[in-house]
Amino acid sequence: MTATRPAPAGAPAAQGPILEVRDLHVHFGARRGRGPTARAVDGVDLQVQPGEILALAGESGCGKTSLARAILGLVEPTSGQVLFRGKPIGRGTAALKPYRREVQLVLQDPTGALNPRQSVYESVAEGLRIHGVKGDEETLVAEALARSGLRPPRRFFLAYPHELSGGQRQRVVIAGALALEPAMLVADEPVSSLDASVRGEILALLLGLVRDLGLSILVVTHDLGLAWNIADRLAVMYLGRIVEQGPTETVLADPRHPYTRALLSVVPEVHHLDTQILTGEPPDPTRVPGGCRFHPRCPALASGAAAQAGVDDRCRNEPVPILRGVAEHHAACFLTDESVKKEGGSRVGR
Amino acid sequence: MALLEVRDLTVSYPARAGAVPAVRGVDLTLDAGETLGLAGESGCGKSTMAAAVLRLLPPGTRTSGSVLLEGEDVLTMRPGRLRAVRWTEAAVVFQGAMHALNPVRRVGDQITEAIQLHDKVSDGQAATRVGELLEQVGLPARRAPSYPHELSGGQRQRVMIAMALACSPRLLIADEPTTALDVMVQAQVLALLEELGRELGLALLLITHDLSVLASTCERIAVMYAGRIVEQGPADKVFEAPAHPYTRALAEAFPTIGDPASRRNPHGLGGDPPDPRDLPSGCEFHPRCPVSIAECPTLDVRLWPAGPDRAAACVHVRDGRPELVYQVPPRPVGEDAPVHQRAVPLDRGPEGSGEPQGGAPVRRGMP
Repeated sequence: MTATRPAPAGAPAAQGPILEVRDLHVHFGARRGRGPTARAVDGVDLQVQPGEILALAGESGCGKTSLARAILGLVEPTSGQVLFRGKPIGRGTAALKPYRREVQLVLQDPTGALNPRQSVYESVAEGLRIHGVKGDEETLVAEALARSGLRPPRRFFLAYPHELSGGQRQRVVIAGALALEPAMLVADEPVSSLDASVRGEILALLLGLVRDLGLSILVVTHDLGLAWNIADRLAVMYLGRIVEQGPTETVLADPRHPYTRALLSVVPEVHHLDTQILTGEPPDPTRVPGGCRFHPRCPALASGAAAQAGVDDRCRNEPVPILRGVAEHHAACFLTDESVKKEGGSRVGR
Repeated sequence: MALLEVRDLTVSYPARAGAVPAVRGVDLTLDAGETLGLAGESGCGKSTMAAAVLRLLPPGTRTSGSVLLEGEDVLTMRPGRLRAVRWTEAAVVFQGAMHALNPVRRVGDQITEAIQLHDKVSDGQAATRVGELLEQVGLPARRAPSYPHELSGGQRQRVMIAMALACSPRLLIADEPTTALDVMVQAQVLALLEELGRELGLALLLITHDLSVLASTCERIAVMYAGRIVEQGPADKVFEAPAHPYTRALAEAFPTIGDPASRRNPHGLGGDPPDPRDLPSGCEFHPRCPVSIAECPTLDVRLWPAGPDRAAACVHVRDGRPELVYQVPPRPVGEDAPVHQRAVPLDRGPEGSGEPQGGAPVRRGMP
């Protein structure tokens, strides 16, 4: 289970990003063609480097799950590309099969993700059988379980999901993904349905996978504390766009986008920011505002800070450039990001 | 007299294999206008507490002790009196309550129903009151004719709070009121609850597993584990300097953003919450406790004083060595903590040190 691993974490990322998303759009049409189109993902650039944990944060309805689904090939993008190791992923089940072995999904609710009538062994072995993995199935299953922290693994073979705790179930789900020796995991809210005390254990497991196996992880979450706990980089999404991204430390210590600042200020334990509770209706992807898409709720625009800096007209009328998925810290904001303010072109970064 | 006084409350649920104790001797007081947070994980008995205060427990549940609401014992009240007390003296907003709205009735009508069940008021007066209530929870009065599906999750939760306030209770119990909501909406709802507490002099019993939410919303915190309160005291003290190792684990579960100690270093607690049918001996927490000592499995646990207005059920607190709670060897990140198993029949597989011993498992159900 070790021979085919990519270079472990910390190795130079010379070979380029393992996953790249270029100008991705996912639009959902209204039923029977009437009514407005929902622009769930509306122009996203993103890169995940080998051995990196990227957290994608945002509220419900911001498009983060649609983006994750498009990355996994579960929904076909309206336009744009998803590249894995530099090559566009295919379309259709057959073309996607090898890709889906390499990029594994870990779902939010382990109780729903496991078949209640399948033993732990069956659940973990299912993927191996679908992909026709060669080798001794029993050993592979045992290795995957041990790697997920279920030890001794053979004691869990015949257990059923209802006999396990929430944390153990999530470990089984992760074992099912690991059995296929993926290069990357996409984890959608991996701990939000778990008890507080178990949460840290699962996050430590994910960190360990990156350290020991060199996996890359894209973790979709609404929880900025999770990003602080494990993520190397953080991308904040609002209404179908990445509005701020960069190294986790920089983004959380010095959030630039007013939306990120507001999100961070309502985390109960963050005291250095004045609590900024956003009002107004939750954003609606069928009615994306013109100009900066955050401007109707933007505290910096409402307080006059944007007017003082002389960018308020641009906030209201000029489309904000799309952030490129690069390593440096950038925010899609005319007020707080110098290069966005200066450039105003179509892409910022690099 | 305290608004709510719970004395030595026990609650056990009926089950085929014998009663399951959910609450095992809890004492709690809440004064008028005070906010108390009750923390704990699933299965610790915190929701049972919420239900017991208004006697909303399923039939067959056994209780002992007393729940005094303004001096009157809810557990022995006559049904007529109980109906009057519910809503008018104490009201509860349950977890996922926004799904409790009737989907085919207008929200205004649903609030009106709650008002008119308890007060004999005309339709016109009730409609005015509905408008006031909606404004009070931050919704425009013109939303009254809306159906639940026309409102967002946060708005529906506001409607539920408006309904709970319909009969001007003095105590509001909120059980995980923000669990299914987004961070921003959670902040809105918590701010609303705080504001209502201030403006209406409402006492609030807020129940959640997220200690950081309680620390920022409540004056006092009580932490439950396995049906008992293991620590209580002023919210900021309990959160910042926990006296019980379990409270400490809960407090660390949600990291302080910006704190280098938790960066790339998630804190967790090994093991799983105990099965109430099969509780560990002595201190129930000892199998998961990072600082347990030889005495813990046989300890007669009690809440010992742990500083001004504080108490904690830990042997180190009893012995006046609360600092021991903090002496935990750091665990290397990613190093798998021992996976404690509950008393589940996992030993059906080959036993032993965990290394392969052969013997293919019986395969069932798969093609």
